Amino acid sequence: MSLYATQKFLYDLNRGAEVQRRYREDKEALLAGYDLDDEERTAIREGDIGKLYVLGCNGQLLMHFAPLLGIPWADYLEAMREGVRKYGPVRAGIYAMTTGTDEKVAGV
Amino acid sequence: MSLVFAGVCSHAPGITGRAHLADAAIKDEFHAQFHRMGEQLRASKPDAVIVIAAEHFANFFMNNMPAYAIGMADHYEGPIEDPKWLGIEKHRIPGNAALSQRLIREVMNTVDVAYAEEWKFDHGIMVPLNFLTPDYDVDVIPVNINCQGPPLTPLHRAWAFGEALRRACDKAPERIALVGTGGISHWPATPDSGKVNEAWDRAFMDRWCRNDKDAMLSLDTYGDEATYREAGQGGFEIRTFLTVAAAARGKGEVLHFKPIPIFAVSCTAATMSVE
Repeated sequence: MSLYATQKFLYDLNRGAEVQRRYREDKEALLAGYDLDDEERTAIREGDIGKLYVLGCNGQLLMHFAPLLGIPWADYLEAMREGVRKYGPVRAGIYAMTTGTDEKVAGV
Repeated sequence: MSLVFAGVCSHAPGITGRAHLADAAIKDEFHAQFHRMGEQLRASKPDAVIVIAAEHFANFFMNNMPAYAIGMADHYEGPIEDPKWLGIEKHRIPGNAALSQRLIREVMNTVDVAYAEEWKFDHGIMVPLNFLTPDYDVDVIPVNINCQGPPLTPLHRAWAFGEALRRACDKAPERIALVGTGGISHWPATPDSGKVNEAWDRAFMDRWCRNDKDAMLSLDTYGDEATYREAGQGGFEIRTFLTVAAAARGKGEVLHFKPIPIFAVSCTAATMSVE
């Protein structure tokens, strides 16, 4: 479990155009620079928002990964709910879910 | 001179980025009151605006996280987010490194603040500026209180930081406006987005308006454990409101308070007299 490294990757990605380019064009080499376990690397490689959310990624980092992947707001929220359905409750961090997976507080 | 204006406001990215998804009349009323707060700020003719925000990993990360940081540059950039996502174009925002340095030196007498000569503004500062100084023609001094990566600074230290900022502003010849951004209760960037605890928010703003220090620093009510339970991780950002209350020493007036779920927060704009 290296949640720190996963979040560091998201931090670098959100801040840097060059990191974003490498994520598109040279993903494996980019990810090799982070101390990730297989579950984390796979989740990042596949853009699995739900898994990253369940692993405990801070929402303020994760919510910017979604537009980078072309995922609109409503789909981003749903991807996190789907992650909790598939993988169970959030495992770490301060962004645990407190509503039900079938709830849509803001209508989206 | 010293402080010529003090206030607090929401900074949620949805306020601009998801404006099109909101009920138009509700959105318009909030935006109008946010602009009204900006008019009051600009009427105070500030030479600089200190914006105390709780940023979201735009500049500071858990590899080296300051509890408090103040910008010390002659210009800044923002937003760091995708402009289309935030609904705010990229801007170059003027700063005042010399004034920053004087403020930092004075603050350091009681608070070990970090300084930063580079700072990319995120929505915590850009959303408020969009309404408060929309022409980006007033010097901004960014301030951050870590409200994202625990351990977080204790509430009474946020209060002491506000007192230190006030002392520093009192020693500066410039006219300075002070704005705290963030809070109150919210569960942002999660599937809970849109959930607020309106009663908790109203009680907090009532205490903020009365500048009831003891009530706002009560760990039973606003300590991290209680806040996380009752007001979500977004509630940790009350630190910016506490700092403004400690600096202004006055009484608050709420210009706007209404939960707007698609904006993920009780949308708030309030001013405080400087005493």
